[in-house]
Amino acid sequence: MHATIERLVMDNVSVSFPIYSMGSRSLKKGLLYRGSRGRIASDANDRLVVEALRNVSLRFSVGDRVALVGANGAGKTTLLRVMAGIYEPVSGMVRASGRISPMFDIGLGIDPELSGLENIRLRGLLLGLRPDEIERLIPEIADFTELADYLELPARTYSTGMLMRLTFAAATCFAPEILLMDEWILAGDAAFLSKAERRLEAFVENASVLVLASHNEQICRTWCSKAIWLDSGQVKAVGAIDEVLNAYRDAVTSR
Amino acid sequence: MRDNRIKKSSPQAPSGGNSAHERKPRASIAIADVVSAIQQRRLWLRLGWNDILQRYRRSVLGPLWLTVSMAIMIVSLGLLYAQLFQIPVDDFLPYLCVGFVVWGYFSSFLIEAGSLFVASESYIKQIRLPYVLYVCRATWSKLIIFAHNFVIYLGVVAYFQSWPGLPALLALPGLLLLTLNGALSTLLIGMISARFRDIPQVIGSLVQILFFITPIMWKPDVLKERMFIAEWNPFYHLLQVVREPLLGEVPPAATYVVVATITLVNFVAVGLFFARYRERISYWV
Repeated sequence: MHATIERLVMDNVSVSFPIYSMGSRSLKKGLLYRGSRGRIASDANDRLVVEALRNVSLRFSVGDRVALVGANGAGKTTLLRVMAGIYEPVSGMVRASGRISPMFDIGLGIDPELSGLENIRLRGLLLGLRPDEIERLIPEIADFTELADYLELPARTYSTGMLMRLTFAAATCFAPEILLMDEWILAGDAAFLSKAERRLEAFVENASVLVLASHNEQICRTWCSKAIWLDSGQVKAVGAIDEVLNAYRDAVTSR
Repeated sequence: MRDNRIKKSSPQAPSGGNSAHERKPRASIAIADVVSAIQQRRLWLRLGWNDILQRYRRSVLGPLWLTVSMAIMIVSLGLLYAQLFQIPVDDFLPYLCVGFVVWGYFSSFLIEAGSLFVASESYIKQIRLPYVLYVCRATWSKLIIFAHNFVIYLGVVAYFQSWPGLPALLALPGLLLLTLNGALSTLLIGMISARFRDIPQVIGSLVQILFFITPIMWKPDVLKERMFIAEWNPFYHLLQVVREPLLGEVPPAATYVVVATITLVNFVAVGLFFARYRERISYWV
């Protein structure tokens, strides 16, 4: 029996979003809508809060491939954001060792006015890579995108497909440690698809921990060995992928 | 603004749920935030530069448009007010010019603070970056614009042949102090604005009033026995540590004492506020 190396530990984590009653806040509506599955409660100041996560305790070790399932608004995205350190929990504790790579929006920071190469450099900086690391990776990324001379042109001149290749290649250019994905990344046009899939597979296999939130059962089963079922911000079940997914499906169909 | 943290209503966490011994003290997290922003300087230098490029992409003059409109304003106001106040133009115009340029720089920290975090929502929600990084990014792009506007000063000085000489070097530490205070203010206002969305409007009108009560378009000596209006205005002193050297004067030691005090108070107050509420920013935006 190998000693398991814990990479990400969450202890009794709770997150709640206050609903600010000033009508002008657009966020309010968004939260109410998205978070409506979380329990609505009021806090010490009698303010309405959506309890997006309640007392979640989870442990992720090296080699874990974990699927996150649950209905819309069950708290999957919030949980991923807590893992990524974006939301610091209201109570409880999150401890991580190793670089956490959230892959929530791979198009983040793409500037249409910058050239393709400049966009790759910017993306690299956002990923926390050093400039020399980025320069080393650029030939490989450029080669993969097949954009050749287009890389010198501003990204706004690209077609949708070309832009997708660029963002995809730049997002998957590094070796992730703890990889967090909110839905599987879709990788472009048909001609590009198989090539992109191979790259994504290699990328994901590289990660020492994978946490994937997805509604696609097929993708969950392909990539994950464990699953966490979230319901109204609480962990309903943790276990082997088949067990949890079957229980989840039963619950959904019997509803 | 006092107790903004959300108390958990769950029975497991009766006392607000913060088990202090399990968490790092807030101050050290805040300091780590600053350190990691400094480490990622390439990112904010790039982003700040992009902000400028994006705003003026494909316009021929680019950020110099700001400079041109400010130059026109300075020259026309300078000529008019010199007449109104009966001051020689070669004395008044350089004064007005430096005041305008420096005030334009400092007030942009206050005016644009409202969007500091709110406009970066997509970044804040998708990726964990130190919050101070956004402050550095905003500061850097304001500094670039200031550099463009500085051309007006050089033009005015050249025209009137009023080279300030060695005291001008004192403008550098002055600019540093001004920038530090601007950055601290922008962080504070940016945080409060993320939580209370009415603040940017309030700040907007306040800055307008400040512009009129601070000696920019007029010289403080017109106040005569009512000098306290300038003396008690912290923005006057912040302005002075940059303006006086650029006009060839050495600011009195008292001005530096006042500015140092303001900086210290600002630093401690904003530092404490940031340490206390930093973790709430992602919930607020």
